[in-house]
Amino acid sequence: MNGRNPENGRKQVMFHDHRTFSFSNIVMVLVVVFLFLPLFVVVLYSFNSSKGMTWDHASLVWYEKLIFDSPSLWMAFKNSLIIALTSSATATVLGTLAAIGIKWYRFPGKSYITTVSYLPMVLPEVIIGISMLIFFSAVKIQLGMFAIFVAHTTFNLPFVFLLVSARLDEFDYSTIEAARDLGANERQTLLRVIIPSIMPGVLSGFLMSITMSLEDFVITFFVSGPGSGTLPLYVYSMIRYGVSPVINALSFVMILGTMLIAWVFRRFLKTIAANS
Amino acid sequence: MSIKDGRRSSERRERRLGVSYAAPMGVWFTVFFIAPLVIIILYSFLKRGLYGGVEWEFSLTAYGQMFNPNFGKVLLRTIWISVVATAFCILLAIPTGYAMARSKHQTLLLFLIIIPFWTNSLIRIYAWISILSTEGFFNEILKSLGIIDEGLHLIYNHGSVILVLIYMYLPFAILPLFTTIDKFDFSLLDAARDLGATKFGAIRLVMLPNIRSGLLTAIVFTFIPIFGAYTVPLLVGGKDSTMIGNIIVDQVSKTRNWPLASAFSMILTLVSTVGVIWMMMSSRKEQAQKKNVTNQQKTEQNILDHHTTGGEA
Repeated sequence: MNGRNPENGRKQVMFHDHRTFSFSNIVMVLVVVFLFLPLFVVVLYSFNSSKGMTWDHASLVWYEKLIFDSPSLWMAFKNSLIIALTSSATATVLGTLAAIGIKWYRFPGKSYITTVSYLPMVLPEVIIGISMLIFFSAVKIQLGMFAIFVAHTTFNLPFVFLLVSARLDEFDYSTIEAARDLGANERQTLLRVIIPSIMPGVLSGFLMSITMSLEDFVITFFVSGPGSGTLPLYVYSMIRYGVSPVINALSFVMILGTMLIAWVFRRFLKTIAANS
Repeated sequence: MSIKDGRRSSERRERRLGVSYAAPMGVWFTVFFIAPLVIIILYSFLKRGLYGGVEWEFSLTAYGQMFNPNFGKVLLRTIWISVVATAFCILLAIPTGYAMARSKHQTLLLFLIIIPFWTNSLIRIYAWISILSTEGFFNEILKSLGIIDEGLHLIYNHGSVILVLIYMYLPFAILPLFTTIDKFDFSLLDAARDLGATKFGAIRLVMLPNIRSGLLTAIVFTFIPIFGAYTVPLLVGGKDSTMIGNIIVDQVSKTRNWPLASAFSMILTLVSTVGVIWMMMSSRKEQAQKKNVTNQQKTEQNILDHHTTGGEA
């Protein structure tokens, strides 16, 4: 048996020519349909004029209500935005600096930081939420906006750290040596050489953090106080205590937002898949 | 002498720079992540306070209470629900990841998997409620087709919990599997088929051993969050489909038994840690094995090269 066997060649062609109706392709299509079915239903019914799941006629009444008649929802959204921006900015600065330090320098405590930065991504959210709740009450920090900010920064940090580290792996260290040889000090090297060239990683870390922060329910649920409800908490109370179809309209807006973010990320999707 | 001095000072410089870059994050994690975990560990060994909180007295009561048959039942239920849901996720994710890796439209497919994955989790749970409830989408369709007269009870039971858990965590299984299968050399499958393996035989015997690390990552990253699920059993589960996550929250917010909540949290943390260590050890072992087989691979590569050039001739 060697490569000249004509039957061999035929078999190879068959395998490379992955068939459209293969078992795996059918499963994949079914999985995508399964993943989109609930989103589709919610979007469809956001345009239904009546309240229930029986179709009446198309209307934009729930969108009107969402925009003009939901002040507490917009209040919650404002809280969400404040938390998302502040916690993502903090996480981006801390995470980026740490990624640079861990990548290029040797120092005591390095492996501790690397291991610890990995943990918040693997521990169940309930544990992070509960431990923060107990911690805040043990050190007498009032639950509310500040506590949410701290919690969100904590779970955002690992994502920034990972995405920036991935970007640094492609960075050529000799560029830094060149900058130093040309007389740049550490601060100049950082601000003028390192940061600009890892900017895509930093930005994707920042956007990822914003997404995570706007998304989070479980952890926020534990550390929020009166008046500090975020959008997911508002959605939760809508689900629990009386559903209004306004939530359908809100869902469509949020799905569109997610699509926009995923579109911005289209070039990083593979990196994100590898790191999630 | 001067070289040695230079090296020492550059080492010192390196250390100083490294610490100043990484310390802010290190301190943040120590204060806001490690300290809370240490407090939980500590609290699990203390006596409960009368109105929440703890009394500073060593006690194993919390761990004793965990063996209460009611909690035991919840623990067992959590385990079997997690095992079933994880198994479904993995079984669906392997062919999906394979088809994605072989497709020409990888970015589009990743986009399609990631959009539902990033959509707010409460919105997705709510969507399932509106599909499954007695007056929901599914029942309305069946009614309008004349198949049933009255809505079926599809929600608030174990089945709906498992279904929605699979829905929520399927992407956690697909993404790592896609990543590893994408790196797999598909010509090995051709080689196996040349040697007489069936298509599924080739995938089982050649591909699966090669994507072990991705498979393990998928299992661990799906099992852990499902094991710690809280929102899904709360919102789509019945009265008897509570899981550990729900017990922990009830102990904190309703019963106010913080030591017991901490003790249960310890179980979750332990399970997660074991999973992660298992995953890390196996990927380390795989790397070591890869080093050992490089020579063998070289020979295989030679044979393969010979094969392809021979085929072209």
